[in-house]
Amino acid sequence: MRLVIAAQNISTFSEPWWKVFYDFSLLTKNIDTGLHNAMSPFWTTVTEMLIIGVLILLFYALVGLFLVYAERKVCAFMQNRLGPNRVGPFGIFQTIADLIKLLLVELIPIKKADKFLFNLAPFIVIIASFMAIAAIPFANGLHAIDLNIGVLYVIAVSAMGVIGVLLAGWSSNNKYSLIGAMRSGAQIVSYELSVGLALITVVILAGTMQFSEIVEAQRTGWFIFKGHIPAFIAFIIFLISSTAETNRGPFDLAEAESELTAGYHTEYSGIKFAFFFLAEYMNMFIVASIAATVFLGGWMPFHVGHWDGFNSVMDYIPPFIWYIGKTFFVIFLMMWFKWTFPRLRIDQLLTLEWKYLLPINLVNVLVMAFVVLMGWHF
Amino acid sequence: MTSNQIMFLLFSVVIVVFSILTVTSRKILRAAIYLLFVLVSTSGLYFMLNYHFLAAVQLTLYAGGIVVLIIFSILLTSHISQKAEPVGWKKSLFSALAAIAGAVLSITTILDFNFSATKVAAEEVNMRLIGKSLLSTGSNGYVLPFEVISILLIAAMVAAIVIAKKGGPDKTESQILKQ
Repeated sequence: MRLVIAAQNISTFSEPWWKVFYDFSLLTKNIDTGLHNAMSPFWTTVTEMLIIGVLILLFYALVGLFLVYAERKVCAFMQNRLGPNRVGPFGIFQTIADLIKLLLVELIPIKKADKFLFNLAPFIVIIASFMAIAAIPFANGLHAIDLNIGVLYVIAVSAMGVIGVLLAGWSSNNKYSLIGAMRSGAQIVSYELSVGLALITVVILAGTMQFSEIVEAQRTGWFIFKGHIPAFIAFIIFLISSTAETNRGPFDLAEAESELTAGYHTEYSGIKFAFFFLAEYMNMFIVASIAATVFLGGWMPFHVGHWDGFNSVMDYIPPFIWYIGKTFFVIFLMMWFKWTFPRLRIDQLLTLEWKYLLPINLVNVLVMAFVVLMGWHF
Repeated sequence: MTSNQIMFLLFSVVIVVFSILTVTSRKILRAAIYLLFVLVSTSGLYFMLNYHFLAAVQLTLYAGGIVVLIIFSILLTSHISQKAEPVGWKKSLFSALAAIAGAVLSITTILDFNFSATKVAAEEVNMRLIGKSLLSTGSNGYVLPFEVISILLIAAMVAAIVIAKKGGPDKTESQILKQ
């Protein structure tokens, strides 16, 4: 009934139907007014939250499955292998088969573990990444919540994931898990600084923290080109420190399999392990989409200054394709890191952050402020 | 009941229940997690008031910073089998008295104050306004407290480094490693 009303509203558009792929705000506005006509504001909010929740959940599962497949293929490519190739054409159904296997695996209860915290930990990790994904603009108007302080919000909620990792390590009552959790705690707390400062560099250039405004400001050129040298340095620092923040190689000390078996999730099995696994990939996706949004223009097509002809040709590619393309480009960079660099030692890791990245970052923020004040950006 | 009231009730029930659990739990890490729930619900209250900046700061500083620090120090110092001793009746009696006295004092103060309801809808505070008034020297500026706090922070950091640094001035790092 409600959806019928929304569909009727869509069909009354004067524009062709495929325009909806370029501007989702028409679709979302029509669904909103349709729901408002059908029920009270309270139930409208509840229904909209449910719709968005289900959509994000579906998206989350699909992207997670695809990323696991992509990682195995990229890894195989780097190591001159074939990778998964048995289940379906090019092995694309391999991760679905793996998922079904994971769902059927027995959940092993640990005798001397702290049961409550042990079961809580995967949920904290996954909720933190869910909260972060809500603030990401996927396309024009396809944005669950456009906060005034978007960048700060994403930094705030993604910082919560580490609590789940720490809890998992401690409550397993296993020394490998504990060591893994401690390492990951030290690592995430220190690299968070660099992530925050690299984003602040761009916030200085953009003059706003709202994601929709940040994307809009890149209509005449992406920030990585507009802010030239300081923006490029910030992009590199963001890539390094966000790889570390998501616990991925070469910074995967928390689950270094050659020394700690599997680190903080050694004792987890079945679906609980799958939660950690999925959250790791989704955190990579979130970090990559923030890099794409903040430095590479998000869903904004590739525009060059006032080349109107070129810009309008670029506008024909739907924004969602641009967003996904950029995000997967950044994800490919991060996978490339993982499979080409050797793992760092914990002291090398902390030296890299505190003695190199942080001072460079602080100077870079000053340089960016100077560039913006002098008007040397494009 | 409006949706705002339902959300407020939800958050306040979570805050009250988990605050009590924080102080009554005998497992120290569980107490820290209950504290986390309290802090996250408080930030939910700020979100409800449309004060997004304070909510995000609450999440970053308290949930992401302080609770992580507490958990980290618990991980370093205590084992999973440790349980706090149950306190004696004398201690519980006096702490209950102190808590009740504090509660009575604050509740009477709050009830005495005449909160007048406004019809004005909650407005989102502009981030630029916060930034400007934080660093302005004008009549509504906060630059003095801002600077005082940064001096305090530097003093605390220097103190932490001095305490953490072991050995005399003649010992270099490599010598400590050799020993």
